[in-house]
Amino acid sequence: MAWFRKKRGSKRPVGDRKRDMPEGLWTKCNHCNEFIYRKEVARNSNVCPKCNYHFRISAQERLELLCDDGVWEEFSDDIAPIDALGFQDTKKYPDRLVDYQKRTGRKDAVVVVETTIGGIPTILAVMEYGFMGGSMGSVVGEKITVAIEQAIHLQRPLIVVSSSGGARMQEGVLSLMQMAKISAALSRLDNARLPYISVLTDPTTGGVTASFAMLGDLNIAEPRALIGFAGPRVIEQTIRETLPDGFQRSEFLLEHGMLDLVVPRSQLKETLTRSLSYLLNTDLLTSTTSELCSNAVIENPEAEDSGVG
Amino acid sequence: MHRKAEDFEKPIIELETQIKELSLFPSSSERDKKLAKLEEELDSTRQEIYSNLSRWEITLVARHPKRPYTLDYVRRLFNGFVEMHGDRHYGDDEAMVTGFGEFNGRPICVVGQQKGRSTKEKLRRNFGMPHPEGYRKALRVMRLAEKFARPVLTFIDTPGAYPGSGAEERGVAEAIAVNLRSMAMLRTPIIVTIIGEGGSGGALGIGVGDRVNMLEYSTYSVISPESCSSILWRDADHPEEAAEALKLKSEDLQGLNLVDEVIPEPPGGAHNDPQAISHNLGVVLEKQLDELTATDIDTLLEQRYQKFRAMGALAANSGQE
Repeated sequence: MAWFRKKRGSKRPVGDRKRDMPEGLWTKCNHCNEFIYRKEVARNSNVCPKCNYHFRISAQERLELLCDDGVWEEFSDDIAPIDALGFQDTKKYPDRLVDYQKRTGRKDAVVVVETTIGGIPTILAVMEYGFMGGSMGSVVGEKITVAIEQAIHLQRPLIVVSSSGGARMQEGVLSLMQMAKISAALSRLDNARLPYISVLTDPTTGGVTASFAMLGDLNIAEPRALIGFAGPRVIEQTIRETLPDGFQRSEFLLEHGMLDLVVPRSQLKETLTRSLSYLLNTDLLTSTTSELCSNAVIENPEAEDSGVG
Repeated sequence: MHRKAEDFEKPIIELETQIKELSLFPSSSERDKKLAKLEEELDSTRQEIYSNLSRWEITLVARHPKRPYTLDYVRRLFNGFVEMHGDRHYGDDEAMVTGFGEFNGRPICVVGQQKGRSTKEKLRRNFGMPHPEGYRKALRVMRLAEKFARPVLTFIDTPGAYPGSGAEERGVAEAIAVNLRSMAMLRTPIIVTIIGEGGSGGALGIGVGDRVNMLEYSTYSVISPESCSSILWRDADHPEEAAEALKLKSEDLQGLNLVDEVIPEPPGGAHNDPQAISHNLGVVLEKQLDELTATDIDTLLEQRYQKFRAMGALAANSGQE
């Protein structure tokens, strides 16, 4: 028997080894695997300071990022889901709903608010990816439709921030029809000549992409967000090939003409404000009560080239 | 588990073969008696099998290789059909058929997904799965119908929009989305009929209209039972449970107020008697065209909006302000 035995360690390359992560203060970037200081990430709008990876953020964080002074007024927050189909897979749909409601503190996967962005009164809808993958069922459909109707009623522009895996299976064709319902409402917003900006964040796929997310007067995405109709795995199974890196990412969509801009999170609010001020033409609106605040002027005119690519 | 409709249609197919063989014999009173008995048996077997179909079996009927496709109805119902090709941007998608024809003396616009019969045609039609060009062609031709005030009849029969890399590159999501928005305000009557598979967004892309009909054994679903099984049961072996859970048959959808009219199919399904199902479909289309063309277009658009506006199921007392 040998007196000394060489300890068998991991043969994986250093970079791949799972590093023990101290709880609390530090976190690891999903993309570059670097240790990053949690507070620094938070200060940086949840973007990795080392590689610019955009972490998925909650609706709450998104609202804080976009609304002036972190102030907004939520409406239609009493609209709640129901199990119309009696859906059961490995778990009952109502049980799933309760789980997610506890986890997120929300009734369903979208928040709709009235707020001002860069001084411009705006109707804003933000999807909550943490609630069943941001999936769109009747509640999401209803609330976004109410938001559109509210925008028309108050003569305000509309911004919808999407993050969703698509239609919610547990509500069957009811979910599918929300695509038609929201798109029909958007046709009325069109007629009312009110600007609609669609902000696509990681991930935006399926029925959400194939309805309101692609119908913006402007479609703006965050860097490297997965955006598509079919999921990458389904496509790989269909064409029996591995998809290249970057397929269905924001930059790919920009290259193929599906997006107006890819904008880093730090410049998103500024870009939205500027774009709204260019599009929103109060002379065209019918209501006399609508007012475009004078402080919509952007303070930092040099940052005009906010789009990547 | 049944993988195709032929599996549960076995007793029907066996009887059909027996009848075929027997009818080759020279006619005699004994043979005729036997034949009549077999025919009777065939009818009752058909009746029995088709009155107890599970949702998964209905899915298989909707995908039946002999089921009438869009062009079969076009041939039977419309005179002088002229097909229009191309989206004027990229190409012509043969999974989507568009054109104009005459229905009982009335010029109408036809838009429908088309599957193929032979292997060669299946490939040409891409198994009824349109690319973005299909949706853009459909919209182009519907715009023509709007311009020249012709009603639009759409026929849905697709497993879904094609999930390939080219479709993604050319923006299939955008193409479908634009159709949804445009059809909501297209200033001409639109009648939608699901004749086979109503596969998710790819079906809905030509599915917004003033009336939505379903043939009895067609399906309409947000996802295929197989894919739903893979995601929620984590393997592909539960399509039967998934089909039950998804509530994808015509009766379910009428119950949820998503479908206006269910068009009854002859015993043994549409493929057993294409003449009868075409007749049933024609009667409904004629009636609905009369109703819609008699309504003023602004009223029609308001009703169309409210129709889709009302779709969805919310918890009681929610959203009341």
